[in-house]
Amino acid sequence: MGVDVEVTNLTKSFGKQLIWKGVTLTLPAGEVSVMLGPSGTGKSVFLKALIGLVKPDEGSIVIEGTDIASCSEKELYEIRKLFGVLFQDGAMFGSMNLYDNVAFPLREHTKKSESEIRDIVMEKMDLVGLLGAEMKLPGEISGGMRKRAGLARALVLDPEILLIDEPDSGLDPVRTSFINQLFIDLNAQIDATFLIVTHDVNSVRVVPDNIGLLYHKHLAMYGPREMLLSSDEPVVRQFLNAQTVGPIGMSEEKDADQLAAEKGMDLPPLPPIPLQLEPSNGIPRRSQRPPGEWCRQNGVTPPPGSFQPFGATAMG
Amino acid sequence: MSSTTARVLAPVGTAGKLFAFGLDVGRSLFRRPFQMREFIQQAWFIASVTIIPTALVAIPFGAVIALQVGGLIKQFGAQSFTGSASVLAVVQQAGPIATALLIAGAGGSAIAADLGARKIREELDAMMVLGIDPIQRLVVPRVLACMLVAVFLNGMVSVVGVAGGYVFNVILQDGTPGAYLASFTALAQLPDLWIGMVKALVFGLIAAIVAAYKGMNAAGGPKGVGDAVNESVVITFLLLFVVNFVLSTIYLQIVPPKTG
Repeated sequence: MGVDVEVTNLTKSFGKQLIWKGVTLTLPAGEVSVMLGPSGTGKSVFLKALIGLVKPDEGSIVIEGTDIASCSEKELYEIRKLFGVLFQDGAMFGSMNLYDNVAFPLREHTKKSESEIRDIVMEKMDLVGLLGAEMKLPGEISGGMRKRAGLARALVLDPEILLIDEPDSGLDPVRTSFINQLFIDLNAQIDATFLIVTHDVNSVRVVPDNIGLLYHKHLAMYGPREMLLSSDEPVVRQFLNAQTVGPIGMSEEKDADQLAAEKGMDLPPLPPIPLQLEPSNGIPRRSQRPPGEWCRQNGVTPPPGSFQPFGATAMG
Repeated sequence: MSSTTARVLAPVGTAGKLFAFGLDVGRSLFRRPFQMREFIQQAWFIASVTIIPTALVAIPFGAVIALQVGGLIKQFGAQSFTGSASVLAVVQQAGPIATALLIAGAGGSAIAADLGARKIREELDAMMVLGIDPIQRLVVPRVLACMLVAVFLNGMVSVVGVAGGYVFNVILQDGTPGAYLASFTALAQLPDLWIGMVKALVFGLIAAIVAAYKGMNAAGGPKGVGDAVNESVVITFLLLFVVNFVLSTIYLQIVPPKTG
């Protein structure tokens, strides 16, 4: 069963450069959350702060009663055993083959026999579709395979919290869909709390339960998927629909002139909200909510054509 | 103004961090489980990249000392002490220094490059996230391996250097073989051997800690790794010569020279 991650008033700067300020959110136990944001807004730094690789200047991150931002080194190493982390490039140990990489946490932290380890490793390798590649070195395989191997290693200790840094960078659309489906199936299976950091809008529209958007050094919005996908907030709307019209510019924010020039332009209508991905075995996840529930409860009219089964509308 | 002060004080901060890193390594030294496998692998690796260059450096080192000292001593008319002078110079100074250069240049650069590459590929982060302290897992075995190999290399340099000195003295300078060997014990004494080994041990420690520190703090992609290796070698060289001076001074103060 996953655990809550409570982040309060988190602030971080490197030297004089402020990364983000006052980030407050709770990753609900067992739910899939996505952190979005334009490139260079400190999404990865946020993820590293959650595992204590980066010390925030202010604020707290509380997991099971321990504040990661201020606890001792020893407690930190202890609490990290709850985490599984998939780094951007997989971060496989270059000197070991995939099998030893995936077996590494088991050998270091458990007293399991080699045959038990073998069973677990093979199960996880099968899960990510890497059976037969165990003896390869990380340097000999493609980026996508490295990423999947990294996922296998992150899963091997049955984590309560799974942090995933840009799962879709460098993957083709088909593999991206597969890996998204894998996340949903995994969430159904192990009930861990997921946080995915990405800027792939297509994945964001169908995968998570909750979406957060980091923009202009703060958390612009965080909430249920339907709330953000039906939001009229310009930043959220621009980003989630990948448009040029809106407050986000090429470098950082747009300047006043550019915004004034766009003033008369109407934002294109919101595209329909697609259905959320479901586990491939058809059994709903514990944290899954019926489509449109949030919109109904909050009196929001979803854009026309929302929540139609796949194929009934054009893909967003 | 404050930025100038900050820039002037920056090296102090770096030195402090390096020292703190050294203390961390010292503390992790006693944490179980000890990484025996990694230690043996690293010791073997460092030995394999340093043995041949060290031997090749030791021969001319011994020869130069023999020629220089031999020539000088001849002018004083004390040829019978050539062997002794050569042993003193090789065992006390040339051995540890040649060892230091090779350990820093071959062993240290390999450690810095290895850890630096792991750092920029996020392997070290991944390791920490998996609940494993890279200092205990990777750095401690490397430091111990470096120290062990340094002591062995020092022994080798001493033997090869003295043998080289013998060959040059006897063959090129027409020295008497018997006198060369017999004078060994005239001025040289056992503590000379100890200080040579202590120096080698300390040099191995410093080289490995500087290399590991630089490697683990590499930043900015592949170029950062190159810079880390480069800086680690330069800093190690500087530190080793200073430390050598200090250790030699202390030794010469506390151990009275043997009067033949």
